[in-house]
Amino acid sequence: MKQLTVISGKGGTGKTTLVGSFAVLAENKVIADCDVDAPDLHLLLHPEMVTKQEFKGLKVAVMDKSLCSECGTCAETCRFNAIDVTEEATYTVNPARCEGCGACVFTCPQEALSLQERVSGYTYVSTTKYGPMVHAQLNIAEEASGKLVTVVRELAREIAEREGSDLILIDGAPGIGCPVIASLTGVDLALIVTEPTMSGLHDLKRILDVVAHFGVKPTVCINKYDINEENSTRITEFCRQRGVEIVGNIPYDPVVTEAMVAGMPVVEFSEGVVSNAIRDIWERIQ
Amino acid sequence: MIISLASGKGGTGKTTVAVNLALSLSNRHVQLLDCDVEEPNSHLFLNPVIQETKSAYTLVPTVNYELCDFCGKCALACEYNALVVVPKQEVMVFPGLCHGCGLCSLVCPRSAISEQPREIGVIKKGTSGDGSIALVYGLLNIGEIMATPLIDQVKAEIDPAKTVIIDVPPGTACPVIAAVQGSDYCILVTEPTPFGLYDLTLAVAVLRVLKLPFGVVINKAGVGDRKVYEYCAAERIPILLEIPHDKRIARSYSEGVLFIKELPEWRERFAALMGRIEEEYER
Repeated sequence: MKQLTVISGKGGTGKTTLVGSFAVLAENKVIADCDVDAPDLHLLLHPEMVTKQEFKGLKVAVMDKSLCSECGTCAETCRFNAIDVTEEATYTVNPARCEGCGACVFTCPQEALSLQERVSGYTYVSTTKYGPMVHAQLNIAEEASGKLVTVVRELAREIAEREGSDLILIDGAPGIGCPVIASLTGVDLALIVTEPTMSGLHDLKRILDVVAHFGVKPTVCINKYDINEENSTRITEFCRQRGVEIVGNIPYDPVVTEAMVAGMPVVEFSEGVVSNAIRDIWERIQ
Repeated sequence: MIISLASGKGGTGKTTVAVNLALSLSNRHVQLLDCDVEEPNSHLFLNPVIQETKSAYTLVPTVNYELCDFCGKCALACEYNALVVVPKQEVMVFPGLCHGCGLCSLVCPRSAISEQPREIGVIKKGTSGDGSIALVYGLLNIGEIMATPLIDQVKAEIDPAKTVIIDVPPGTACPVIAAVQGSDYCILVTEPTPFGLYDLTLAVAVLRVLKLPFGVVINKAGVGDRKVYEYCAAERIPILLEIPHDKRIARSYSEGVLFIKELPEWRERFAALMGRIEEEYER
């Protein structure tokens, strides 16, 4: 069983458009949406939920106001600015900033604070007409999205092993931090989607360094390559120098947005230039 | 006044709005903070002259083996499994897991743990090429997971005497909260597509939790459908500005050029956007 992750450095480059189409083209696979912050793949694949599971990320400090003597020790201890102080010098925990480390619990002389588990999000195992899909939604203002990505991948792996799937197709997280690292470790191939803009080139350099750091084989495709062909040439040249294969270029076409509005993967929606380009890329990366 | 620009998702045009807005406010002192420390892009449009580059740090434990008796209390206390004690041998520290909370050094009964700074990224300070905007941005080191402390350190550079514009990282998780907190007003940049709408609803939920006033800028207006407009009307969210889907705008973005330079009438529109925000904020 192979694992392919599609990443982009930055959101909005067309990662989900591509993964949605691969979901149509790939056979015998499990689909995993690892963009747990802002997942969009379900808008194309329309999963029907089979099971829902709580995700417990970091803990959270909870204060018993009746025990608090307002000494302020917790605020002095906390390194994450998670203790809010009012003008009247009363103290409260800001759960959005709390990293659940427990330092305030340890230093509070009144034992007014304790660490409690919190549900930080949910994972879903679903069926789609393209195959099983694992996805998740992090609750608002929660953290530990890297950990949630890991849980999604574990669930996808369990299903793939049970059903003898050939592939886990992963819609990766944006950025270069915690969630993208979690969507990248241990995969066989990373397909990086980039755009021919100055920011696209900048982000591509950074994400290639991340991929190299984790020892994953990178390939690149340029989305909307014809909106600035000089920049596409720049990206191609840069990839050649780095020894990274470009597996395809996708032209700009409003049909991509039309397919999105219709809630369909573009290769299923139309048979035009974009769909052909995506089919070619799929052939190359196999 | 501190105005942050968020989006739920990357690629919606947050940076475009941030840099064009900043440059349109030539009659004021403007400071632009790029808090998208994983992939900062604002500087690509401003040709900044960087005056200062400094390291940003978090703290990680180091163990003094002359004092340590391998009691294991540090590892037991650590919520992130960043410490493992091998009895009578070693205290292994995993810096990548450490959040720098300092609890291990607090719980150690023999004061054997001290904390050392570890670089997680850099902060760059400078001025845009034309001298009009003060720019601060953070750049997270490759392989690093601790974006939030770096964002906090970028925000420590806020100059309260200036109009501050913050480019916020995408998503709805901890780095977003760290970046938007303390803002007076937040602009949500979205696209009128189903993806744009879904991500917008998540971003709106974050801002409502944080009780920040906000409005929407619709980028690439004309593509997609009308659902974003219907949503904003139903939720009474003001639409502050629409930027049309225009090849000239896309082209100038791809070249790293500010589009208000190509389409000067937009300078006034961005200045009017600022006026609109101030009105909304007063209410």
